[in-house]
Amino acid sequence: MSKKTYSQAINEALRQEMRRDPNVIIIGEDVAGGHGASGETGGVGGVFGLTHGLFTEFGPERVLDTPISESAIIGAASGAAVTGMRPVAEIMFVDFVGVCFDQIYNQAAKFRYMFGGKAKTPMVIRTAIGAGLRGGAQHSQTLHPLFTMVPGLKVVMPASPYDAKGLLINAIREDDPVIFMESKLLYGMEGEVPDEAYRIPFGEANIVREGKDLTFVAFGAMVPRALAVANTLAADGISVEVIDPRTTSPLDEDSILDSVAKTGRLVVIDESPPRCSLAADVASMVADKGFGSLKAPIGKVTCPHTPVPFAPNLEDEFMPNPRRIEEAARKAMAWAR
Amino acid sequence: MQLSRDDLKRAYRSMVTIRTFEERVTKEFAQGNIPGFAHVYIGQEAAGVGVCFDLTDEDYIGSTHRGHGHCIAKGCDVQGMMLEIMGKQGGLCGGKGGSMHIADMSKGMLGANAIVGGSPPIAVGAALTQKLKKTGKVAVAFSGDGASNQGTTFEALNMAVVLGVPAIFAFENNGYGEHTAASYAVGAPSIAERAKSFGMPAEVVDGSDFFAVHQAMGRALERGRAGEGPYALEIVCSRFLGHFIGDPQGYRLPEELIQARANDPLPRFRTGVTEAGLLENADLDAIEKQVADEVEEAVQLAMAAPRPDIKTLETDVYVRY
Repeated sequence: MSKKTYSQAINEALRQEMRRDPNVIIIGEDVAGGHGASGETGGVGGVFGLTHGLFTEFGPERVLDTPISESAIIGAASGAAVTGMRPVAEIMFVDFVGVCFDQIYNQAAKFRYMFGGKAKTPMVIRTAIGAGLRGGAQHSQTLHPLFTMVPGLKVVMPASPYDAKGLLINAIREDDPVIFMESKLLYGMEGEVPDEAYRIPFGEANIVREGKDLTFVAFGAMVPRALAVANTLAADGISVEVIDPRTTSPLDEDSILDSVAKTGRLVVIDESPPRCSLAADVASMVADKGFGSLKAPIGKVTCPHTPVPFAPNLEDEFMPNPRRIEEAARKAMAWAR
Repeated sequence: MQLSRDDLKRAYRSMVTIRTFEERVTKEFAQGNIPGFAHVYIGQEAAGVGVCFDLTDEDYIGSTHRGHGHCIAKGCDVQGMMLEIMGKQGGLCGGKGGSMHIADMSKGMLGANAIVGGSPPIAVGAALTQKLKKTGKVAVAFSGDGASNQGTTFEALNMAVVLGVPAIFAFENNGYGEHTAASYAVGAPSIAERAKSFGMPAEVVDGSDFFAVHQAMGRALERGRAGEGPYALEIVCSRFLGHFIGDPQGYRLPEELIQARANDPLPRFRTGVTEAGLLENADLDAIEKQVADEVEEAVQLAMAAPRPDIKTLETDVYVRY
């Protein structure tokens, strides 16, 4: 066990899986970097450095730099996966799925069903998500609800370095297509991460903090934010349970329902626009299956129904922030029935 | 490449199977026995059979919405196909795919594909596997003149060159992307020229001539098997019928359709091999009879077969969930 960043945890997971299984390959834009240039080849390791050093260790047949062609990246990954490889494709920013979504939701995600169960497509799409870096409207979205509604895809949103490593290793060993959504805001986050390989199964929520008065459900970069607010509220005697589902598909409904059965109050914190969000999805699920436990209306803290703005003050208000999370929590606590 | 008598019979049998199957699909569709939409391959038989003739079960193909012919040419079971197209239990995909998604992994058939331009990127991936595992096998992306205009196809052509994979792009130019002529919609002088501009060898082939397609494919295959990279074929052929079954084709003059039929690949093959003394008419007649019986039996069995068990609705979405 040692302290590692979220980025280092992901890099270590990739490295260990590539050492373990020769069928694991990495394919994407600049995952090595520098091809055809006058200087060093392989020194870039992705725009965020997540695949740094892998080209040096595994060479050009395992770490494949591609043109800027997202459809061909996903198609190459799914075609390789369905014929025996185990590719990890990188889409630099999730916002770029607009130019390759057909290859994800119409092709890779559907092979197994369309072919009557006779295909396996073990591939991972790693992609960077989220606002907070002033990236503007086309480099800052999360889009996880879009993937969560696609049958055939699994959707992972790690919220800590420990989870990032264990969930990525699990994703690579899964036999279904997985989209692995890395929160850009968390790349520098430090935490204890075991040196050896380990798997965190999908569909098992992490109870980040136990509490008895109110349940927070949060995803990805919203998890540490929710936790910080929970700690603030504790000073006022409000005991908040914080649940990180870790995967949105499959979703660990039982852990959420069990928590709401205990607390009777739920606030969902979701970095996405409100309509058809995970906040709406979880609220609907709890209204459907946990109505009898509720002592207050379900609170939802989301982004507004706008593209991601650029100016720092606008973006800070766009994201679910501590003030808005705390307001929603106090409102839920004030509700009397 | 010299073809034996058995080879020639196999080629004819494959083309006749496609023709007979598709004529029967057209008839059964008209009678309401086939749900949904269906796009038949009549007129293009020499293209699919010429391309697939020397492929093994370990070579892959990706197909199009007009995929029945590719399936048959690649060796998929005709009975399993008819069951699938009719939405019956025991179909190649358990009735979950249908006409536009027929696949058979055991035959290296990566699926008909209802998205125009869907297959080329996937074929690049299948070809990448062959390169990385050093199998000497190839992956073929069938697509049409319509798909030749899709961005996914451009990306796939370029990616295949950049990664140096044994992908073969078989563009069947049947003159029409749905209801719009290729002469209007393909901006380049030819699809082969366009493919060449991506940095791979490409040639235009007479798609009504089995031998021309087979020989051109031989050149593509030689390059692919040797690990020398991708290749493109523009196979010029003719779609005798409409885009889908029931398309009245008001946009084509009767003379055009008559002219297309005058170049029918089946009689052309028959004339060629009998005049050269390679096969007798009786050999070919016997094949036609066998195929007719086989398709008849497939239809009868499929008509009598039950629908998929309703319990299968939610299976096969994931390996594990």
